[in-house]
Amino acid sequence: MNQKLMLLGDEAIAQAAIDAGISGIYAYPGTPSTEITEYVIQSKEAKAGKIRAGWSTNEKTAMESALGMSYAGKRAIVCMKHVGLNVAADPFMNSAITGANGGLIIVSADDPSMHSSQNEQDSRVYGKFAMLPVLEPTNQQDAYDMVHYGFDMSEKLGVPVLMRITTRLAHSRAGVVCIPSRPQNEIRLPGDHRQFILLPANARRQYKTLLLKQDTFEKYALDSGFNVFTDGENKSLGIITTGIAYNYLLENYPDRHIPFPVLKIAQYPIPHSLVAKIYNSCEKLLILEEGYPIVEESIKGFLNTGKTIHGRLDGTVPRDGELNPNIVAVALGMNDSRGKDIPSVVVSRPPSLCKGCPHIYSYNALNEALEKWSKGRVFSDIGCYTLGALDPFDAINTCVDMGASITMAKGAADAGLLPAVAVIGDSTFTHSGITGLIDCVKDKSKITIMILDNETTAMTGGQDSAAFGRIEDICLGVGVKKDHIFVLDPSPKHHEENLAILRQELEYEGVSVIIPRRECIQTAIRHHKELKKAEAMKIEI
Amino acid sequence: MKRDIILAGVGGQGILSIAATIGTAALSAGLYIKQAEVHGMSQRGGDVSSNLRIADHEIASDLIPYGQADLIISVEPMESLRYLPLLSPNGWLITNTKPFINITNYPEMDKLMIEIEKIDNHIALDADEMAKKLGSGKSANMVILGAASPFLEIDYSELKEAIRNIFERKGVEIVKLNLDALQAGRDFAEAHMN
Ligand SMILES: Cc1ncc(C[n+]2csc(CCOP(=O)(O)OP(=O)(O)O)c2C)c(N)n1
Ligand code: SF4
Repeated sequence: MNQKLMLLGDEAIAQAAIDAGISGIYAYPGTPSTEITEYVIQSKEAKAGKIRAGWSTNEKTAMESALGMSYAGKRAIVCMKHVGLNVAADPFMNSAITGANGGLIIVSADDPSMHSSQNEQDSRVYGKFAMLPVLEPTNQQDAYDMVHYGFDMSEKLGVPVLMRITTRLAHSRAGVVCIPSRPQNEIRLPGDHRQFILLPANARRQYKTLLLKQDTFEKYALDSGFNVFTDGENKSLGIITTGIAYNYLLENYPDRHIPFPVLKIAQYPIPHSLVAKIYNSCEKLLILEEGYPIVEESIKGFLNTGKTIHGRLDGTVPRDGELNPNIVAVALGMNDSRGKDIPSVVVSRPPSLCKGCPHIYSYNALNEALEKWSKGRVFSDIGCYTLGALDPFDAINTCVDMGASITMAKGAADAGLLPAVAVIGDSTFTHSGITGLIDCVKDKSKITIMILDNETTAMTGGQDSAAFGRIEDICLGVGVKKDHIFVLDPSPKHHEENLAILRQELEYEGVSVIIPRRECIQTAIRHHKELKKAEAMKIEI
Repeated sequence: MKRDIILAGVGGQGILSIAATIGTAALSAGLYIKQAEVHGMSQRGGDVSSNLRIADHEIASDLIPYGQADLIISVEPMESLRYLPLLSPNGWLITNTKPFINITNYPEMDKLMIEIEKIDNHIALDADEMAKKLGSGKSANMVILGAASPFLEIDYSELKEAIRNIFERKGVEIVKLNLDALQAGRDFAEAHMN
């Protein structure tokens, strides 16, 4: 029987993947994509079906593992936040050339308005770049249905499929009707044993195959029923929406009747015939996109000599940030509804490090050790510890992309900024820090690296960290000298000795690694509760 | 029928438990629900909010339009005011008066109360204090929910049933504590909603 569940958009994707018969899910956490993989990890069904579910070291390793599972003929899904696709871009782009064997879906969760991200890049650009089909669900039910559809398309056409979601869909709950699950695939190697060997001779052939498939991709996008044209009596305006923008449009018509022709886009490449239909029948167009003005640019064209096209490019809709019903109302020329202004007594309440967080101590100690030097020499990275940028610490000077702390500190040290300090979390270190450390060792760079080891990936909710308890071994293994690797207990009672070590290593003109190690308070509380629960269960038995 | 609700508080205060209770009740009443949550960065002691939409017809947007929320339910007084641009002119503001002070420039309570009282339809109560008197400060969120209950357009019995379902695993005492908290909040609201 079909079951209706209240699911986050992320969870709808996860449940659909289980129901569609995946054999594996690969991911590195990142808001707003994390809950997809967490759901499968916790699912009893997934466990019973022996679905491989767990965290990879980074998005690239996740993408490649999923591609390997697809090579073996089984279905795989790989999930990441939008900037994760930058990390996975190399295998992603090349997977378009190899194609897929078992069904393969890549989910990339964009974060317009940057609720918890460094930028608001639009993953649909990657879809176009790789020339792969892209699915962009408009609601939670679509998200569920599209995973099934996406696996079928992937297997029929032999290509990976990109699914692009955004924060509001990922993190909003709604009723989702689920269908019965189907079995996983058996192992079945690719019919063409050279398919996955991208030597130039093969790659050229494969690339032509991909180019030939473009028309089929467009035909699928026309026939699937996800792209919908609805006629309207008022032809003075035609409206094109992509993804969840459609919901904001509909919200402005309480009786659910939109007087204008509307083209709702949820699958790419966009069928030309549908765009032609709305373009030719309306006086002008309004384009509502959650993300970059991609559809708008392509319809407008470089010279913009056709009909008037309103959207993000002409300022009808703000150029950046996520949409909402009010922005759409204004774009439609309707009255904006707004309550009272926020009273001036209300002050902002930025996020901060938890009380007792080990990073607090580490930053205080670092600040003290650096007192004798001028400011501006601490290169940091992404994680809870990025909050060290705020008061009262004001302890770091950069945060760019995962792993950039070590390599940027190296570049600055190469330029002569001494001492240069890198501050990186344990999970970020394994994600992208190790390769930079190898560069430093090779060049004998004069840098001090603090790896803040709170034994978890805290920022995204406490997923396990890839090198739990092995950070110092890794540093030793890649060639950092043993007497310049220190593991500290980041707590005030060891302050004097910690400070002495920090000061000494800041003076050292070579690679040194300092590892303050204490568990994140949040995961410690969680582990304590789990332990108590387990003990209580034992007593009951 | 539709009820658009902004839930407000500070990361870690557990506003999602209120959302879950209303959601469970609405679901068993056969209503449509959409609930946009906040995850990630904003949870570490920063301000958090959730958009909860309930209706007897399908809901389009995950976000509540500005100026159209029927209710702001806040577990913290300053946070209740942050979402005023979303509240409809005849909407209700239900808020805890117990401040959560984790910043150095937290405004004076009197000034916040002046602003809260400027809203025609408001219920302000010290839910922490009331919950403590009933036996556990932890049930403050249910006091707030109780104070909001007359405005939800969901049968009170459905809310009680939802609490029973959600807290069942934790034992009869916890269920009773939460039901008492709910009732105390409701009594307060009924006495103050004129
Ligand atoms: C490429 C990329 N992937 C994922 C993320 C999301 N993300 C930001 S910080 C972080 C984890 C940080 O963990 P760790 O370095 O251990 O620091 P902690 O939060 O535990 O202090 C993740 C997964 C990102 N910003 N960029
Ligand atoms: S979640 Fe953990 S690492 Fe992050 S601020 Fe809190 S204690 Fe620190």
